[in-house]
This record gives sequence, structure tokens and C-alpha cells, in this order.
Amino acid sequence: MSSNTAEDGFRYYGPRPNWQWVDVAELWRFRELIWTFAQRDLKIRYRQTAVGAVWAILQPLLTMAIFAVLFGLLTAKPTSSGIPYAITCLCGLIPWKLFEGTITASTTSLVQNQNILQKVYFPKMILPLASLIPPLVDFAIAFCLLLVLMPFFGVAYSIKMLALPLVLIGLLAVSLAVSLWLSALNAIYRDVQFIVPFMLQIGMFISPVVYEMNAIIPEKWRWLYSLNPMAGVLELFRWSILGLPAPSFSSLAISLSGTLLLLLGGMFYFRRMERFFSDRI
Amino acid sequence: MSDVVIRVEELGKKFKLGSHMPYHRLSETLQNWAFGALRAPASWLTGKNANESKENAAALSEFWALKEINFEVKQGEVFALIGRNGAGKSTLLKILSRITEPTTGRFGIKGKVASLLEVGTGFHSELTGRENVFLSGSLLGMKRSQIRKRFDEIVDFAGVSQFIDLPVKRYSSGMQVRLGFALAANLEADVLIVDEILAVGDADFQTKSVQKMSEMGQSGRTVLFVSHNMSAVQRLCHSGILLEQGKIIQIGKVEDLLYQYLSKGGRLVAEKTWDPPIGNDVARLSRARILNANDQLEPSVNIAQPFKIEIDYESLSPDLRTTAAFHITNEQGLLVFSSHDFNNQQWWSTPRKRGHITSTCTIPAHFMNEGFYNVLIAVTTYNPDTVHAIDLNALTFEIVDQSRGQGVRGPYEGPWPGVIRPMFDWSIKQH
Repeated sequence: MSSNTAEDGFRYYGPRPNWQWVDVAELWRFRELIWTFAQRDLKIRYRQTAVGAVWAILQPLLTMAIFAVLFGLLTAKPTSSGIPYAITCLCGLIPWKLFEGTITASTTSLVQNQNILQKVYFPKMILPLASLIPPLVDFAIAFCLLLVLMPFFGVAYSIKMLALPLVLIGLLAVSLAVSLWLSALNAIYRDVQFIVPFMLQIGMFISPVVYEMNAIIPEKWRWLYSLNPMAGVLELFRWSILGLPAPSFSSLAISLSGTLLLLLGGMFYFRRMERFFSDRI
Repeated sequence: MSDVVIRVEELGKKFKLGSHMPYHRLSETLQNWAFGALRAPASWLTGKNANESKENAAALSEFWALKEINFEVKQGEVFALIGRNGAGKSTLLKILSRITEPTTGRFGIKGKVASLLEVGTGFHSELTGRENVFLSGSLLGMKRSQIRKRFDEIVDFAGVSQFIDLPVKRYSSGMQVRLGFALAANLEADVLIVDEILAVGDADFQTKSVQKMSEMGQSGRTVLFVSHNMSAVQRLCHSGILLEQGKIIQIGKVEDLLYQYLSKGGRLVAEKTWDPPIGNDVARLSRARILNANDQLEPSVNIAQPFKIEIDYESLSPDLRTTAAFHITNEQGLLVFSSHDFNNQQWWSTPRKRGHITSTCTIPAHFMNEGFYNVLIAVTTYNPDTVHAIDLNALTFEIVDQSRGQGVRGPYEGPWPGVIRPMFDWSIKQH
């Protein structure tokens, strides 16, 4: 709904144009709500579990163990950096879990909160934004585990870790971009929530999660591989935490512009569809 | 300077109906997309049906839930939206709450708005009462600091302080409703949009909430109110609009709207004829009427005039002493009083003849309170007690007070408590 504060102190609302930029000022006014939703989901998530937030550590550890065994059985070499597999794999898995967690939660966020959407107004983008936070908390816990494990495996901390916040912002941007598309699409086509788990499984193998890009992907295909925005982000994580060589400028540029396009498109698409959510959900 | 706080201009809302709601399954959209690929390559992204150019079908499946809605609400008014189910009340509330957006027109609001379309918006059963107060409060637009400040007040009003740290799933439904309403009652907003909140909870809670709402109205807040509880509407609201099939058919004082609504809906019934008459082989009821002092049919009775309830029936069994009786029930379902024609002692002992009997009861002026009443009509005999003919909803009428200065009210115009409103002799001395 377009709102023109105006004339005579009234704020007017009418049908709004099809394509509209995100109303950042409004999101800011409603910022407490992001935290409120996130808090709700965090509280509910580990209620009635025996080990609670330990799952944030167990999940990446168990996944890593599975792949370590798998690659061991196949006698394959998924890394080329010489860093112990446990560490380089966790460097991929921990950010990947953030992405996966965000996508899983945000895809259904509008549908799961439909009661609320039908009863009270708030900018709908709050919901996918709030889905970022619980996985971010898990990320923080798991990242601490990684920091503890690194000296144990004899891997030194890299000075490039100072750039980690920037890399994390990149990861959040990719996660949000995909979230915006999928949550909006799922509000209209419920099929999406069934497709997403498969997409995430495939995504895990076409991104350098359990392997390093340089070890597996042939040089001549890397440009295509870099079209996947997660590829660039995950390589940057290894660069920053482990001090591995940075991805080439060209593949970074491809990843970055892909991310930006996806994010901008997602914002516009979400804003366009937002108007119909309460009528169609 | 005008003190209008809500201004609605040419508001309309169109829905699409029926088989042309194709965009809920991806497969259908993909199908349409494949067929319409040349015409509209990207239409699936926007959820539009590529075949929408079939305009006839489109026009048939369109439906205007609201059309050409124009009205203004002044500050401090408690404004009612009245209308049957499907008249567009809820759609209008949803538009004004910004939950859906209008197809045409616009509306303007001055000040902070809070809408209460249910009690306990966003409550989650796994969370504790305390957590839910913060969750629901922020959803309704309160800042966390405001909630913290009002927290004790809210919990006290709801009367759940002992249980505030238990999950809401362990609450009784009454406790949940009370907590939700307590929160709502503590909202700080200039304009409140309220839907059907009174329809939940027990009678006690309803009374409490009605009281709270009228306080809100008196505190200068503007309230937009929808409820099916007509007596609540009548007590709370000053003015409003009457909606029918998505259009405003009347704007004005709430009494006029309610009269229009109830009489149009066939709810006010001054005369009922049973053809064929109902009953058994002792008595058959054929007609009941409400007449004013001039013996004219009148469903809307002036409080300052006496009126009559007239019952016509056939007596078929001269040996039995039949009696015509009625019950008058108010809107809350309370039986106000009942009467039968044995009040006339002479008639009581008169032998009945086969044939038509008309019993008329005159109810004095200044006796019943304002409001809407339902009349049950029956023909019975005593000893043994037997009901021979009965209609639980025979007549509906209202008592209106058009007095200004005279009458029971004197100069007072506010709501008048009590089931009846008799006018007594007062002797007054000034010393």
C-alpha cells in the first residue's frame, strides 16, 4: 500500500504501484519486530530437546564425520591445501548450515505465520529477515567450536580473519536474496516448500562445502561454477579463516554481481507479491 | 480546523472468484505458461494467468466486495460498521488495518493506529504468558519499553499473575482471552480498529470489555467497531455506516442505522400471520400483532406511548379454558416479563365458545427500556398444563426514546441501565 504522508497531517493509503523499492524507513520503524520473531523461533526451537543448543555444534560435526568417512572409503582427495580435512570441511559446513537453515525457515515463514498476516499489519519482509537470526546464532556457536578445534589440528589463525565480518555480510546477503524469492514464491505456490530440500541437497554438492573448489573443479569450468553465489562466499570463508589463496578476481566478480542481481530482484519481487499475500495465502 | 481523523475516499475492493483462481499450484501455472509462452513469457512470475484476456470469463469471476465507500470519522467518535455477513464489514476493516490493499480509492488516517481483529494476536502456545505479552504487544505496534512499563497492569487486569511464567498452552481458554484483551486495552493508539472482540469470552468478560471500550471512547480515542452484538453496538457507538453488498446504504446515527438494518433484514416484525393456523385440536394460533396507541401496526414503539400486543386464535374445544400468553425477551436473552389473558379475571371464568378469540394486552408507556425485544406467543390451558400453539419468535419490536427533556431521561442522553425503565412519582422538597 502506498503511503503518502501529506497535506493536513493525514497519512494516505491506496493501491500501490506494481514495482516498488523496499521501504527502508518503515522496516526500521518495525525493527523490534524482527528480533521479536527471531526470539520466538529461538525459544521454541530447542524447547523440549535434551541437549538444546548443542545441536548447533553436533549438526556440522556429524555431517563432517560422514563426509570424512565417505571420502576415506572412496580414497578421494577433496582438498588441495594440505589443511586437515576436518577443519577445511567445517569451514565450508558452518556457513553452509547458516544458508541452509535460513532458506528452510524463510521458505515457509509467510505460510507458517499466516494467522498473524491476516490479523495485523507489518512489513512482510520482517519474516524472511527474522529467519536469518536463529541460524546466525547457531553459526556463532559452531564458529567458536571451529576456533577451539583449529589449534588442536595444528592450524594457525590467519590475520585475514579480520575480514570475516565482511565475508559474513556477503553470506547473509546471499541467504536473504534466496530467502526473499523462495518465501514469496511459496506464499503463492506451495510446491516450493517441497522442492527446496532437493535444491539444498544439490546446492551442497555444486558449492565448495565438503571439498575445496581448486581440488575438484577443473580450471576451465570455474567461471560457470562461480555463477553460484554460494561458491564465491564459501571460498572467501576459507580464504579468511585458513588463509588459503583468494578466489580469482573474475570468479569473485561473477559471484558478487550474481548476488546483487538476485538480491535486488528478490526485493522487488517480494514487494510486488507482498500485496497479495493476505488475500492468497 | 476539522477534527476528522479517518477519511475514506472512493474505496473499492475486487476479488476474483471461482475456477479462475488458478495460481495456487505450480503445475497449473506452468501449463498456462507453456500455452501462453508466446504471449506472456514472464507471466508465471507475477502469478497472472496468461489466459486472462478472455474478458468475459474474467468479468464473470470478478466480485466487488466493496464499492464506492466514502465516509469520515471524527476524533473521539466510536464508529460502527453494521451489516450482514458478507456485506463487506470485515474486508473494510482489513483494508483500514492495511492487511489487504484496496483496488480503488484511498483512505487517510491521522495518528497512530492499532487494530484488534482478534484477541491475543500472534499468541504461541509453547511460549509463556510473559513471552506472549511481548510477542503480541510488539505485533500490535507497542515498543518493548512500553510493554515493560505496562506489564504489571496488563497482568493484573487479566488476573493471571500466578501463571505468567507458564506456557500459554496450559492456560484455560478464558485466561488466554483475558490476557489478550488486557494487552489490547493497554494499547496506546489514537485510532483503534476493533472486530468482534466481544463475541468471545463469558458474560462477565464481555461486560468488562464493553466497559473498557466505552472508556476508550470517552478518553478521546477514536474507535472503529464491528460486532454482531447489536446491543453492544447500540451502547458503544454514536454513529456509523450501514453496509449492504459492499456498498454504504446509510450513514448516520447508530439508532437509525440499527432500525434500518433490523427492519430491512426482516428482523423487526410487527405482524405475523399463520396460514394455516398453527396448533392442535384445542386451539390454533392465527395472528399476532404489535399496535401503537392509535391501533396502527408499529414495530418501532415510542417509549412515551402505551402499545398493544394482540393475539388472534381459534378456539376449537369449548370445554377447555384456553389462555393467550406471551414472553418478552431482550437482546441479551433475558426474559423481561411474561403475561397471559387470565389477568382479566372475568375472562378466566367465562366459558369458551367455538370460534375466533382476540386477546389484546396493553403495555403502559414508560415501562420498558430502550432496545430490541423478541416476543414468544402461545395459547395454553392450565390444569393440566398444556401448550396448544406456540411460536418462539413470533414478533420483534424495538422501544425507542424520542423524548428531548421530558420523559425518564430528562436532559440526560447517555445509556440508561436496567431491564425496565419505569417513570415514577418523585416528591422533592428543597430546604
